[in-house]
Amino acid sequence: MQRYSGFGLVKHALSHHENWQRQWRNPAPKKQYDVIIVGGGGHGLATAYYLAKEHGVKNIAVLEKGWLGGGNTARNTTIVRSNYLWDEAAALYEHAMKLWEGLSQDINYNVMFSQRGVLNLGHTLQDMRDIQRRVNANRLNGIDGEVLDAKGVQEIVPILDCSKRARYPVLGASWQPRAGVARHDAVAWGYARAADALGVDLLQNTEVTGFKIRDGRVFGVHTNRGDIEAKTVGCVTAGNSGVLAKMAGFRLPLESHPLQALVSEPLKPILDTVVMSNHVHGYISQSDKGDLVIGAGIDGYNGYGQRGSYPTVEHTLQAIVEMFPIFSRVRMNRQWGGIVDTCPDACPILSKTPVKGLFFNCGWGTGGFKATPGSGHVFAASLAKGEMHPLAAPFSIDRFHTGALVDEHGAAGVAH
Amino acid sequence: MFQIYCPYCEELREEEEFHPKGEAHIARPLDPEACSDEEWGDYLFFRDNPRGVHHELWVHAVGCRKFFNITRHTVSYEILETYRMGEQPTITAESVSGDLAGRESAATARQEGVRA
Repeated sequence: MQRYSGFGLVKHALSHHENWQRQWRNPAPKKQYDVIIVGGGGHGLATAYYLAKEHGVKNIAVLEKGWLGGGNTARNTTIVRSNYLWDEAAALYEHAMKLWEGLSQDINYNVMFSQRGVLNLGHTLQDMRDIQRRVNANRLNGIDGEVLDAKGVQEIVPILDCSKRARYPVLGASWQPRAGVARHDAVAWGYARAADALGVDLLQNTEVTGFKIRDGRVFGVHTNRGDIEAKTVGCVTAGNSGVLAKMAGFRLPLESHPLQALVSEPLKPILDTVVMSNHVHGYISQSDKGDLVIGAGIDGYNGYGQRGSYPTVEHTLQAIVEMFPIFSRVRMNRQWGGIVDTCPDACPILSKTPVKGLFFNCGWGTGGFKATPGSGHVFAASLAKGEMHPLAAPFSIDRFHTGALVDEHGAAGVAH
Repeated sequence: MFQIYCPYCEELREEEEFHPKGEAHIARPLDPEACSDEEWGDYLFFRDNPRGVHHELWVHAVGCRKFFNITRHTVSYEILETYRMGEQPTITAESVSGDLAGRESAATARQEGVRA
């Protein structure tokens, strides 16, 4: 792999940038691999990268039915934070946050991780009590956080309507300074390039159509490009996890919903942090390009169509204009949807399954992007050992039968 | 935006009058105390979540406020039928024709666009 550096940029300028190496190969599928990862999004590519880098697995394939990072990885609002309430979830998301902090150096790819801070607004007394509880829990878990009053919020975001005249006045917020945003495409591409450099085969346009299972053990997959064998298969397929589980003969406690986002026309810099509100239900940041990146709620019905409904867009923009009257005449440029696999307790599933050798990493619902490095890291360790990593263990499918749920609806940021 | 036919109001109304309530035809176990953890967890949490024909419960929240069922395609979003509580669907995943499958692949091609 050709390393990227400032010096390299100057060197390539001399040949008019015409000799850059391709970022990854486009290999033909082999007959057999040690580990197959189904799903070439951020989580799947990160899993492959850490498997190759930290666990010395040489023979890995990532199977992607479309193109790398073409699903939810490139459809989210790029927010990264770790201020979750419960110990289990906080540990997992904070593990990811620590990896984010060194990610660009680790994979030699600028993921534009910008720790510009995230505000979670409170609009009612109960909101503020919940925020205090969550921030206290965060600090006990070693995660940075502060409770701000309305004046403190106003200092950070002067354009936010913090007046008492608002329909839902801002009473305060939780503030995580280490949180921020990252460029989502770069995360997928960076992991893909780094994994490819370690010998991982990235197989695009390769759709899994079934599993080869014998005596309750997986030994390969059927694809549109022929059968491929592997004793360990990890599925990281977000919204389509239920479809794959059905192929393997079991059900998951998931429902797939469209979640949409939209961006405005580019503006001059006006918002240098991330503002989220559960109560009026919208979240917003400004990209480096200048567009306002706005997140919406999920559509309430199940759906696999990667588009959102107009009533949801309208509700979201009502919330944004409620918070930022200054944006009332900003024009929206693009709108799209991704399919999120929501879990009843708003926490992911990282788990073994009834089929031996088949593992699932799914159920991230509306908030998977922030966990990409951590999810890949612990899932890779689990696939390598055949036993779930300690950080992943609480997120087994079994919890829906034992009742040991990790209820993160409060911190997940989007009402389900 | 959906135009949904409420089987009680017997009229087409706009989507915003309604709320979706998840998968239909999930019967509460008659004797919950006698359920194993497995059965109770399956009842509470596990869903079919199909990519295709889906039977789901809706409520006409700002209309007649009655619950009813919709059979809908989860890729094309086409509403195939609506029917009252206690009735069974006439259209199911097994009964749909190749015509519907064709429309689904067209919808999928539209949404997924170019390939890598």
